[in-house]
Amino acid sequence: MKRILMKGNEAIAEAAVRAGCDLYFGYPITPQTEISEYLSSRLPEEGKVFLQAESEIAAIYMVYGAAAVGKRVLTSSSGPGISLKQEGISYLVSAELPAVIVNMSRGGPGLGNIQPSQSDYFQAVKGGGHGDYKTIVLAPDGMLGQMMEPVVFTEPQFDPLPPKDWAVSGKEGRKRRFIICFALDPQELEKVNQALQEKFRAMERNEIRYEIFGDEHPDLLLVGYGTVARILKSVVREGARKGLRLALVRPITLYPFPSAVMKEKAVQAGRVIDVEMNHGQMLEDVRLAVEGRVPVHFYGRSGGMIPTVEDTLQKVMDILSREGVKHENGI
Amino acid sequence: MKTVFERPHSLFDLPYPYCPGCHHGLAQRLIAEVIDELSISDRTIGVGPVGCSVYIYEHIDVDFVMGAHGRSPAIATGIKRSRPGTIVFSYQGDGDIAAIGTAEIIHAANRGENISCFFINNAIYGMTGGQMAPTSLLGQKTQTSPRGRKVQTEGYPFHLCEMLAVSEGSAYIARVALTNPRLIKKAKEAIRKAFLTQIEEQGFSLVEILSPCPTNWRLPPLEAVKWLEEHLMATYRIGEIKVKEGVTNAC
Ligand SMILES: Cc1ncc(C[n+]2csc(CCOP(=O)(O)OP(=O)(O)O)c2C)c(N)n1
Ligand code: SF4
Repeated sequence: MKRILMKGNEAIAEAAVRAGCDLYFGYPITPQTEISEYLSSRLPEEGKVFLQAESEIAAIYMVYGAAAVGKRVLTSSSGPGISLKQEGISYLVSAELPAVIVNMSRGGPGLGNIQPSQSDYFQAVKGGGHGDYKTIVLAPDGMLGQMMEPVVFTEPQFDPLPPKDWAVSGKEGRKRRFIICFALDPQELEKVNQALQEKFRAMERNEIRYEIFGDEHPDLLLVGYGTVARILKSVVREGARKGLRLALVRPITLYPFPSAVMKEKAVQAGRVIDVEMNHGQMLEDVRLAVEGRVPVHFYGRSGGMIPTVEDTLQKVMDILSREGVKHENGI
Repeated sequence: MKTVFERPHSLFDLPYPYCPGCHHGLAQRLIAEVIDELSISDRTIGVGPVGCSVYIYEHIDVDFVMGAHGRSPAIATGIKRSRPGTIVFSYQGDGDIAAIGTAEIIHAANRGENISCFFINNAIYGMTGGQMAPTSLLGQKTQTSPRGRKVQTEGYPFHLCEMLAVSEGSAYIARVALTNPRLIKKAKEAIRKAFLTQIEEQGFSLVEILSPCPTNWRLPPLEAVKWLEEHLMATYRIGEIKVKEGVTNAC
């Protein structure tokens, strides 16, 4: 299969086209604007729709409309823009409309900056929108937005999709349908919420994904996703050269969170270090997963600063020596 | 026997939840009549707002998408771009379309989005209990302008139709009222023209319908109609505001 050199943003856009994206709505914001730029020429080539909206709010409601008629639809943005989309995301969940949203996170809060950062973990995973809801959140292996890497596209494989017998299209030949995002009666709304909770429990049963890397009998478990996961893989390899027994759990789904494997591996290792490009957001989920069974340490950089392999390895060695873990080189 | 009057097929046989003297029900009935007459109920999708207008989906027998406060023009855009063969209309109050949703309506109109919007202007926020709207009149007392709306602090009544008419994207814009049979007939013509503008792919259409809110105006229904005719219609001139070349005159 052909390897091509592509920016992460372009790879996402091309992948969306190959997966059958029918429409894209978005508003420019760095560091993800290449997604819009790429799709503005690529989607019309395929007879599909690209539209630049007047704001992220409008974009997410255009997504809502397209999803309501049963189309595959994509939008993308970054922290500040995702903040504006949060109301619409809550409405999408309420109306049970599927959509794909790319959040190429940058430094925050406020306008922050456009450097790589993981400041939006809470925003993506906990949802800034209102109401009792969850959305599936996928995290990459490495830096997606601006980095150029060799890419191989495989043919997307789908199980047959269920019929969209809920989508609106005009009622020709059937009874009319409606897409609704409210239930004014308390008993009814509780039922709606319970049904949504059922869906979230099913996600937790069926959708958890993660990668385990490194020593099978680690003395310290490393946890990280995205850019940090790449760095932590180097830390595991460097550590092994120094005789350290390290392993990495890399969540691929941030929600549903791979709590069971995290706990099992953490207990086996006896201690954990969570590394993030923020000041401790996923940390809360790691601690919940580990349930206080072993200490959870943290190392974080922010504002576009990236934890280096050297610094992280130093933290790792500090923890191991503080906790009196002996290893082959006898540090 | 000849039937001279009946319920439009597209209107469910269901009592309206609106207050006595409210024109929401009347406006929705006219929309249903036009949908019947143009035989478009099978391919029409309505987009619902937040406000007293929200109940429209229970009354008109077409597919509906209900969404967030003010965002209907964006939702309608998503629908229309996905399925250009459908007839898409929104139904929105003045808080919905002229306050929180101002950006969405201006840009939908300016893109010449081929949709129709029906805008119920009652110069007040109905559903939330009578707060000031951008369309409230100068001097109008509301829950949030208890001494009357003042230019110095709250600015001027909002003329959405005139603003949208400036845009080259809008094709048909009219303002109507439903306070007597003659005006009701004209209003129905405007609603019909708005749908025809869309059917003939001429671009964006909007009909503003001046409507009383007796409950929050704190007036009995008949006095509310009088107040509408004397005051609302003095600030908001009814009639066709824009008919772009090419828009059909067939009514
Ligand atoms: C984001 C958001 N802000 C505020 C509200 C509360 N709200 C509900 S309806 C409404 C205004 C209704 O007034 P209008 O649009 O004029 O419609 P009417 O009820 O008069 O028909 C407001 C402010 C809301 N539902 N969502
Ligand atoms: S509150 Fe006003 S707009 Fe709402 S139903 Fe009553 S009269 Fe109509």
